[in-house]
Amino acid sequence: MTKKTKKKVHLTLTVNGEEQEVAFAPHKTLLEVLREDMNLTGTKHGCELGECGTCTVLVDGRPVLSCLALGLDGEGKEITTVEGMDDKGRLHPLQDAFADLGAAQCGYCTPGFLLTAMALLEKNKKPTCQQMKEALSGNLCRCTGYIKIYEAIELAAARMRGVKAEIRQESIYGEE
Amino acid sequence: MARKNPYKTIGTPVRRIDGRSKVTGQTKFADDLVLPRMLFCKLLRSPVSHATITSVDISKALAYPGVKAVLTGRDLPVPFGILPVSQDEHSLCLDKVRFAGDPVAAVAAIDEETAFEALDLIKVEYGKLKEIDSMFTAADTAEPRIHDYGDIGNTHKLVALEFGEMEKGFAEADHIREDLFFFEGNTHLPMEQHAALAFFDPDGKLTIWSSTQTPHYLHRALAKVLAPLAASHIRVIATPNGGGFGGKSDPFNHEIVVSKLAMVTGRPVKICLTREEVFYCHRGRHPVLMKSKIGVKKDGSITALDFESYLDGGGYGSYGVASTYYTGALQTVTYKVPNYKFNGARFFTNKPPCGPKRGHGTPQPRFALEVQLDKIATDLKLDPAELRLRTLHPPNSLTANYLKVGTIGLGECIKKVVAGSNWREKYGKLPLGKGVGIACSSYLCGAGLPIYWNNMPQTGVQLKLDRSGGVAVFCGETEIGQGSDTVLPMVVAEILGIDTYDIRVCVADTDLTPVDLGSYSSRVTLMMGNAAIQAAERAKELISKAVGEKLAVPASQLAFADRRVFNVSKPEQGMSFAEAVVCAEAKFGTLGTTGSYSPPISHGKFKGAGVGPSAAYSYSACVVEVDVNPATGIVVVDKVWMAHDVGRSINPTLVMGQVEGSIYMGLGEALMEEMAYRNNVGVVHKFPSMLEYKSPTTLEMPECVTYLVEDPDPNGPFGAKEVGQGPLLPIMPAVANAVFDAVGVRVDEIPVTPEKVLKALKLKAKGKEPRVGPTRLPTVVWPEPIRVATPWQGGDGKALSGEEKRRHALPTPR
Repeated sequence: MTKKTKKKVHLTLTVNGEEQEVAFAPHKTLLEVLREDMNLTGTKHGCELGECGTCTVLVDGRPVLSCLALGLDGEGKEITTVEGMDDKGRLHPLQDAFADLGAAQCGYCTPGFLLTAMALLEKNKKPTCQQMKEALSGNLCRCTGYIKIYEAIELAAARMRGVKAEIRQESIYGEE
Repeated sequence: MARKNPYKTIGTPVRRIDGRSKVTGQTKFADDLVLPRMLFCKLLRSPVSHATITSVDISKALAYPGVKAVLTGRDLPVPFGILPVSQDEHSLCLDKVRFAGDPVAAVAAIDEETAFEALDLIKVEYGKLKEIDSMFTAADTAEPRIHDYGDIGNTHKLVALEFGEMEKGFAEADHIREDLFFFEGNTHLPMEQHAALAFFDPDGKLTIWSSTQTPHYLHRALAKVLAPLAASHIRVIATPNGGGFGGKSDPFNHEIVVSKLAMVTGRPVKICLTREEVFYCHRGRHPVLMKSKIGVKKDGSITALDFESYLDGGGYGSYGVASTYYTGALQTVTYKVPNYKFNGARFFTNKPPCGPKRGHGTPQPRFALEVQLDKIATDLKLDPAELRLRTLHPPNSLTANYLKVGTIGLGECIKKVVAGSNWREKYGKLPLGKGVGIACSSYLCGAGLPIYWNNMPQTGVQLKLDRSGGVAVFCGETEIGQGSDTVLPMVVAEILGIDTYDIRVCVADTDLTPVDLGSYSSRVTLMMGNAAIQAAERAKELISKAVGEKLAVPASQLAFADRRVFNVSKPEQGMSFAEAVVCAEAKFGTLGTTGSYSPPISHGKFKGAGVGPSAAYSYSACVVEVDVNPATGIVVVDKVWMAHDVGRSINPTLVMGQVEGSIYMGLGEALMEEMAYRNNVGVVHKFPSMLEYKSPTTLEMPECVTYLVEDPDPNGPFGAKEVGQGPLLPIMPAVANAVFDAVGVRVDEIPVTPEKVLKALKLKAKGKEPRVGPTRLPTVVWPEPIRVATPWQGGDGKALSGEEKRRHALPTPR
């Protein structure tokens, strides 16, 4: 082998409420560990340099760019990926609203947006559009122009507050 | 608002069939795929932009532990390229490199890190050549040539077309303007980096999964380069694309390289490009310099348009010949242009190759035309919205360059955005720093001709129905986020009276699905939709015959709805759809139908007439309101009103998403996105990263008001036209026009950056012409144009010979 040692570390990570033993080279990012060593490919990557927000996961409830975090640093923390959002196949209200409104087009940035939005709604049950924009400003989407994403978060937030909210007709059919 | 809708499924906001997969992260993109014993590939790319390759030493890399194979250009000597006339790419450079980032060698190793390390062990020696850093240098430098083909020196392609009588047209004008414009290049920046996984099975068949928009064209390129491996032994599966926008429409080096590596190693091989490499793959918007001379009557109606475009093509041909023609093709479809001339030149330069990005070759000339019309309106003291309404092209007619336009909802689009934005109260009336701008556009619903000449359909759809009542639909189309996987079953569901979700969808697999040329040129909804209608109608006919016989009801009396087949005048007489399929299978045997589609034959018969024709054209109009800070030059877009004539929405949710996404991407191009190069240390990309290549974040995205105008086109499935590209086009000129309304300066260049606005404001303060934009053009000796008499001159779409030209020199009817 090469001169450099590639000895793996062996530790336990708690991802989506499940404790799992995993062994990986110590320099691997959390993104790589999730995707390559734990087969959680729901977490995507767009740059692997912390520029696009695509690889966002939650660490102890806070959005973290998994491409800039070491897998090693995940030990002892609660990590949430998109695979942990639904409840045994029942979609999270955010997922439902994203799907209905077309807030996911190509769907590649979607896991990052969903998790960032989930963290936002955890702190703020009724964010204004400006608060949403600020919370999501680190996540790039090239398909939607973000509009349907705001509308989906607003809809999901209302439903999570117990308000019987429906999709606005103008969101789907445009203005008269 | 929900409009009156005669259909059950068409026009309804069905949740996209891949919606759940996408929001749960379960959609499998190319880099999510893993196969046992998989190897990882990395490409060694050239650090210099123009050089001969004098030697490549791979011995150390080959000996490196964990490396399984190393390839160089010699291993894949057959050239390829998307257009038959531009077969100028090699999987790995053979003798020379043409831009910094051109791949020279490839490594397959047991993991990505080992492959990376091995790249450092490959020694390449380069013999540097003069770098062609711009189209000006290209025009003035005959030697060295970047390619040994092309019209002359480093000029790749020259085209010259003339329709009608230019001199006469300008003589009839009350007012003539000549302006220069520049549109900087920009890139697609899909969130997903290109990735591919290839596997050569023990039976000698190759399978590749790739994030490609055009699996059929990749299939052809692989068959050419990997010959004698037969095309029938190659299977291309396009994985859902994590965004494309045209950037995944060429066959790419890495796709061919991993296929070859899989054959050489006998193991699956995967590659995922880094973000930096995605910038080098590029194929994005061409930088285009333009000169536009326009003649108008006092009422603003156009008498003649003489347009020149100069394209910086980068290092390879790509779609460039088509792109060049496209910079001259669609100026005629929005407003009546009775006499039209177009000269276009594309140059090779030592930069990543340009190609098709959303709007392919048409946003640049559209920017020029719409800004120039705004200047005309100022000159003639006309309202720019009114000017456009007066000069609209008539529907169902031929343009000067023989494009057959069908329905045109542009007038209604203009009226919608004018009313919605309160245009008449704002234009020319807002306080200094605030302004509004208007612009319009049109786009193809699929190119009329395929990329390689053939007389087969452009798309095919197969249906399989079985006794369980199950329906499966097969089509080669590719899901790139636009929702084609949902449009396909919606069309079938409408005709067979079943639910969209009852249908199994199988797409983008060259082994299993009939050919569709790909997700480009906004062709899929119209072409696939029409093919799906044909396949479903044929299935319906079989079922009707069988059920009619069983119920003793004439087949024409049967209706298909709510998962039932029944007597339309006695609805209780009928059966479930599943029972109906059983009847048909019993009568006819195993059930399968096909449908296919070819666009109408184009009316133009001259050389170059292949670019521009389409079965239908979409139309858009938009108003943009801006806030310009005179102290900083920063332009903030406050609000956008966009109206788009989509013919008919198959799925309004998807349509809205395309319109809003187009507005967003247009704003990025208008204000900030640009491919910039350093040339102090050779021509290298200035910032191949997402941090430095600025694109709009949530904070830059303004409020948007969208109007969907439905002017159904008889050539579209249920009247539908395209939506994915057209609404992007008017944004850039509308922003530039709004800046003029706000602060009285012209930025005749895209992007409209604060530096340019500030520079123009300073010129204005000094009493100079308040304009920033290009002032010179490359020197080009244009060929004699191909002259074509217009339809109103009695032309037949064929080029005129000298003799015919004189005969056709008829007065231009007005």
